[in-house]
Amino acid sequence: MTKQHANWSPYDNNGGTCVAIAGSDYCVIAADTRMSTGYSILSRDYSKIHKLADRAVLSSSGFQADVKALQKVLKSRHLIYQHQHNKQMSCPAMAQLLSNTLYFKRFFPYYAFNVLGGLDEEGKGCVFTYDAVGSYERVGYGAQGSGSTLIMPFLDNQLKSPSPLLLPKQDSNTPLSEAEAVDLVKTVFASATERDIYTGDRLEIMILKADGIKTELMDLRKD
Amino acid sequence: MKLDTSGFETSMPMIGFGSSSDMLDELSSVPSFDLPRTKEFDGFQKEAKDMLKHAKGTTTLAFIFKGGVMVAADSRASMGGYISSQSVKKIIEINPYMLGTMAGGAADCQFWHRNLGIKCRLHELANKRRISVSGASKLLANMLYSYRGMGLSVGTMIAGWDETGPGLYYVDNEGGRLKGDRFSVGSGSPYAYGVLDSGYKYDMSVEEASELARRSIYHATFRDGASGGVASVYHVGPEGWTKLSGDDVGELHYHYYPVAPATAEQVMEEATAE
Repeated sequence: MTKQHANWSPYDNNGGTCVAIAGSDYCVIAADTRMSTGYSILSRDYSKIHKLADRAVLSSSGFQADVKALQKVLKSRHLIYQHQHNKQMSCPAMAQLLSNTLYFKRFFPYYAFNVLGGLDEEGKGCVFTYDAVGSYERVGYGAQGSGSTLIMPFLDNQLKSPSPLLLPKQDSNTPLSEAEAVDLVKTVFASATERDIYTGDRLEIMILKADGIKTELMDLRKD
Repeated sequence: MKLDTSGFETSMPMIGFGSSSDMLDELSSVPSFDLPRTKEFDGFQKEAKDMLKHAKGTTTLAFIFKGGVMVAADSRASMGGYISSQSVKKIIEINPYMLGTMAGGAADCQFWHRNLGIKCRLHELANKRRISVSGASKLLANMLYSYRGMGLSVGTMIAGWDETGPGLYYVDNEGGRLKGDRFSVGSGSPYAYGVLDSGYKYDMSVEEASELARRSIYHATFRDGASGGVASVYHVGPEGWTKLSGDDVGELHYHYYPVAPATAEQVMEEATAE
């Protein structure tokens, strides 16, 4: 007797790419705004970047329904934290919260590929990169999503920083200025759009600094 | 006086009826996980695992010698054929005198080692003394046993120094727990064993032992595609652990096998226009 397999999957992949770069006193988080399913485009104007706290911004690609659910959980946990501690969560704290939130769905994972960007306690930029079930590490730059395999090697070439595991310990943040980092992000997305069908339409860039968050938009190819 | 009956509680996780505030529950009891409501749990787990291709592939090793315990690991994480990171911390600092290594699923190892660290701290607070390496490894093994068959992937070594001296245990996701003095875990372990076993002597100095550990990791990264990055070496002594070295294996290659500058025998002349 042949086994009957489910013809409905609870998951879907809405595509898209997210990138984040950490600098000495800033953090750049960028994502395209295309949301697709299969070969169809559902929206050209869907934001994948979500501000969780003053100093922590989450950008996720993958299955956007799971991403939305994940954002809701984190937002409510952050609210509880603010009530209990009378202050906002720092980025490293939010990073561990996100890791635990993802792991608690270890047997029915959130299909979300996350990059968390922000400023740490000392005001330096920090980027945390995740897999779908919550393993995370602090890095100087990260890319996730459908275009990540195109973007990551280029960022490695331009931004390769000494590994945080080397002894003596060295800083993994990029020495680039904010303007150079934003320029690099624009270049990288323009290239990824050329070769990845799920990336395109518009690029949303959020620049996080101690004095606030700035948002920039740039058009990408719509084909 | 309320007796501590946590040892008697059933270790099976609650299926399907876990409360929605499960994260706020005490982490020292068995965390309750959301489980998918499918007819076929194993098939779903396998599909989800294949789809997500989460990070694994590694070389880790640890051995006991005269001067304590030496622990070493590479730092590469691969997702299918893609290298998702070259800077993963695979030696996890559970507390100042105990280390855990990571092999298998990165998230599984990170989460359960963090959970183990919490439990070890609670033990210290409840019993006013540090937990033994044997006790810590047993806590981890029992926890993993209760999730046996659910698809966790953990191959870890718990190394530390307690009242009985240096301790080393291997614990895996099947719930297996082995005491020993030499282990290597991961896809690169056969290569590491080759170098480690041939160079091992109990009476090594700390420098010799750390060089042996570093070389074993280097050779494993050379031959195993899923291992690479930075070779980290830690030493656990009576005062706790210290990180001894962290070297990029690409540079280690030229350190062990320097390239002699080649002498040019024939020199090409510039082409002259006719």
